[in-house]
Amino acid sequence: MTDTKKKELQIFATKARMGVLEGVYNAKAGHPGGSLSICDVLSVLYNTELRVDPKNPKAENRDRFVLSKGHAAPALYATLALKGFFPVEDLKTLRKSDSYLQGHPNMDKVPGVDMSTGSLGQGISTAVGMALGAKLDNADYRVYTILGDGELQEGQVWEAAMFAGNKGLDNLVAFIDNNNLQIDGTMDEVNAPYPIGEKFAAFNWNVLEIDGHDYDAIEKALADAKACKGKPTAVVMKTVKGKGVSYMENAVGWHGSAPNTEQYEQAMAELNAALAELEA
Amino acid sequence: MAEAVKCATREAYGKTLVELGEKNDKVLVLDADLAAATKTGMFKKAFPERFIDVGIAEGNLMGVAAGLAATGHIVFASSFAMFAAGRAFEQVRNSIGYPHLNVKIGATHAGISVGEDGASHQCCEDIALMRSIPGMVILNPADDVEARACVLAAAEHEGPVYMRFGRLAVPRVFDESYQFEIGKGAVLTEGDDVTIVATGLMVNEALLAAEALKADGISARVVNMATIKPIDREIIVDSAKKTGAIVTAEEHNILGGLGSAVAEVVCETVPVPVLRVGVEDVFGKSGPAVELLHIYGLDAQHIAEKAKAAVALKA
Repeated sequence: MTDTKKKELQIFATKARMGVLEGVYNAKAGHPGGSLSICDVLSVLYNTELRVDPKNPKAENRDRFVLSKGHAAPALYATLALKGFFPVEDLKTLRKSDSYLQGHPNMDKVPGVDMSTGSLGQGISTAVGMALGAKLDNADYRVYTILGDGELQEGQVWEAAMFAGNKGLDNLVAFIDNNNLQIDGTMDEVNAPYPIGEKFAAFNWNVLEIDGHDYDAIEKALADAKACKGKPTAVVMKTVKGKGVSYMENAVGWHGSAPNTEQYEQAMAELNAALAELEA
Repeated sequence: MAEAVKCATREAYGKTLVELGEKNDKVLVLDADLAAATKTGMFKKAFPERFIDVGIAEGNLMGVAAGLAATGHIVFASSFAMFAAGRAFEQVRNSIGYPHLNVKIGATHAGISVGEDGASHQCCEDIALMRSIPGMVILNPADDVEARACVLAAAEHEGPVYMRFGRLAVPRVFDESYQFEIGKGAVLTEGDDVTIVATGLMVNEALLAAEALKADGISARVVNMATIKPIDREIIVDSAKKTGAIVTAEEHNILGGLGSAVAEVVCETVPVPVLRVGVEDVFGKSGPAVELLHIYGLDAQHIAEKAKAAVALKA
């Protein structure tokens, strides 16, 4: 990836992080930590990979994206808004009673959302269904999903993984946002799903382990996934929960709480500084 | 009207899936390792490329069904009622019901008439569970003729449908001229003193009860309620006004099923006595299906007794 391209993607991700903050701050609720950890992968996906058109969000042959970790909706909404699926100003209406931006993604209300998610473990099954649908129809669209690492504790994830592996759904890519934190603590303190890669490999998946904030690595993983035939691909991404906002990084308390005004202003100042540096 | 033919509604489900498969190549059938029992095996044989077995994983079954529906397919997802409505309730609620996806759940082996497998497999809670999901249509056919009609109507309906089928071969109630419409009940026998609103295999028992009640000088109207949701309010209100007492009959817990649905409408419109025949909030047990139906009061005799009690309650 060229430096120019990388910078462009980083600028997009930084703006998406600001969108996350706008949403969660104005809603006084939401999940900033796990939203900030996936802004980089979303930037690469929506700017370089996904065949989607904001002017025709339901196009039959579009690539599908399922946010299995639905609580990271603020990151998806910010990404979709920046791509032109709906106005960026609307991000401030997140979780408000008169807004279409539900706390968790709703496919009937939000342009660009391909599946309603939020109850963990279910998104990956629906993504598997979509990938199977493409195969049955001989369609060439691909299906992408992002799961949380804590989400891997849901048994349904492994039902879906077993099935996708057996069906050889090579048009499916599942990213695992391995930020190592969940609501009740670290993975180890709660119920660690490690080793993650080996588990997917055991279910006949192509497994890639990368740094989820490394744009070259994400780009390469997507290329490797496309090149791999006969197996779905799992990309286990080491990430930093709260990435980009200093006091939220690797702090378990920011899973599901909103910043106060002072914290919001600090976060925005940090992100604005990062943006200025990128744009300099 | 009744012929001597006996057939399980699940048989009709399997046959009708094949019929649908011939007409529409967007029809997919999913199962969770029960294809022989749910009768989706018939579709598997006819259209192996459009039959998908996800194995014993009902949560994933519903999610995969949702994903397939989201990509433009008409998906029939099948398992036993216990697992389709019970185990996978939340997947049905969140992955199918909430996004209002075009998934038809074919739930077989509903109710006590599962028989020998016993309480663990006798699902008498599924109607209650499915009724609580906004936008879910619930169909509970009385015989094979109606089961076929329900499957065809479900395929035409845009959105989720829960279809409830039985394991037991039951007497045919309807002839081939039978017309079915989602959301419409039907008066099978007119009567003035009490209305028996029945669904599923209890429809035939209701007709037998109405016949028996004649000897006691009671004229019973029999209403077939194949659609539990949306419930036909009109026919319930009309029956309440006309007969002044209602007995409901279903092979389901008396809590949350047809009896509850009818009582809700009656209480809100024309309050008259409503007595419910059903599984009286207990778990079942192993035994031959027909014997169990009698043990749990799911028969004409019990309906007739309740009808007499309902008439006695009339002001």
